[in-house]
Amino acid sequence: MNLTHDLSIWLAAILTLFIFSFLYKDNPLYKFAEHLFVGVSAGYYIILNFWTVIVPNLWDPLAKAFAGQGTDPTRTGFMAAGLGDYRGWMIIPGLLGLLLFTRLFGRIGWLSRWSLAVIIGVYAGIKTTGFAQSDFVEQLHGSLQPLWTGQLATTVNTLIFTIGLVTSLLFFFYSREHKGALGVASRLGVFFLMISFGAGYGYTVMSRVSLLIGRFQFLLQDWLGIR
Amino acid sequence: MTHWLERLDRRWLFLMMGILVLLPLLFPLALPLTVSARVRAFHDGIARIPDGSTVLMSCDYDPGAIPELVPMTRTALRQLFDKKCKVVVTCLWPGGPGLVDNVVRGMANEQHRVDGVDFVDLGFKEGREAVMVLMGQGIANAFPRDYQGKDTRSLPIMRSVRDYSSFPLLVNISAGYPGTKEWVQQVQGRFHLPMVSGVTAVSAPEFYPYLQSGQLIGLLGGMAGAAEYEKLRGEKGTATRGMDAQSMAHVFVALCILAGNWVNWRRRRGAPA
Repeated sequence: MNLTHDLSIWLAAILTLFIFSFLYKDNPLYKFAEHLFVGVSAGYYIILNFWTVIVPNLWDPLAKAFAGQGTDPTRTGFMAAGLGDYRGWMIIPGLLGLLLFTRLFGRIGWLSRWSLAVIIGVYAGIKTTGFAQSDFVEQLHGSLQPLWTGQLATTVNTLIFTIGLVTSLLFFFYSREHKGALGVASRLGVFFLMISFGAGYGYTVMSRVSLLIGRFQFLLQDWLGIR
Repeated sequence: MTHWLERLDRRWLFLMMGILVLLPLLFPLALPLTVSARVRAFHDGIARIPDGSTVLMSCDYDPGAIPELVPMTRTALRQLFDKKCKVVVTCLWPGGPGLVDNVVRGMANEQHRVDGVDFVDLGFKEGREAVMVLMGQGIANAFPRDYQGKDTRSLPIMRSVRDYSSFPLLVNISAGYPGTKEWVQQVQGRFHLPMVSGVTAVSAPEFYPYLQSGQLIGLLGGMAGAAEYEKLRGEKGTATRGMDAQSMAHVFVALCILAGNWVNWRRRRGAPA
């Protein structure tokens, strides 16, 4: 055993043990670690976004634009914008960002809705096109497979896949009572869904156990120095 | 027996789980591990790109995903650096840039790679899908400065990088949103950039349809995926060392599920406690 002399590792190890103490029961040490995390996170996110977003993506381009410069040296002028070189036009997103803070002042708080409208509109557009192309069209395309592939193993796989797909979809068909052939198919669909839930649960267990393993590896190797 | 199981304090289960995870870490069992087709496809996806290419690698995670995603990040970087590839690293998770920078620089130092020439860490940018779309107009537009604060356009590695068309492959290591799903939707689908992905186990089932449809070339799922990848590369990292503990914990969880169902079955039959 070779205990570390690194103060930051000692701090992380002690906070890990504070959090683990919750497994016995709720206690002040756990509460302290939890509140410390929330407070530090809030400060960290504010500083991070200021230096990685506000300064390089808004402040710097605007400062350059006021000097008539941009990323494209062949053009000069405050509003001489091009693709990826927005210059003085960056005032508009800057203003929209500032309007979000009007929520702090009750009477003019409604102004923040303009910014929110832009955010919602842009994200709705981006998400819809991305989803339509990659999750709808591509997945539909990927689901259309030849049932006979010439090889027994892959043919059986394809058959299972196709039966699972069709019966699972039929389970979610609610316009008719699940009786007769539809009832049999939807019940078969439930089996496929249960298998997928089981696989999902198994993976979730693996993920959570990995977190515990990671913390134990940290405590054993980084803190206690046991290799 | 049923009565004892019904009244068992759950803290005994926590203790058992702790012991079962701790012991294999102290005394490894070296249980066998087989490499799955999806992990081999991830490895081959990187192996197929031309040597010396510039690859985009987005590491979208925070410290909560260290045990699962850092091992696969390390192995992927080693494979890329072995192929003399240049790597452009981004991070779309606010809690991740410091951690990712540490991992990337650690690997770069190990492989004697030069910052700004062989690799660049562009750091974090808020905006999720909007950043992905903006990168399509120009990587330097979205990231005018790298994580160190240097002007991105002035770096030698960025001379050959314009937008997504500059990369033969996107390597995404992700713990959730924004991550693999969004990269597939916004970049793979829209810009037709081939993509491999490493994800946390909890999110892995969500991405099997992308693998089946060919939208993802390869997939690493959780610590098991990372360990298989390490085995394929002949490495013995933290994921491989953690797999014995993982297996023991899985056996214990399976036994708990069986015991719980047995107790429930006995109760429903009205058996005396």
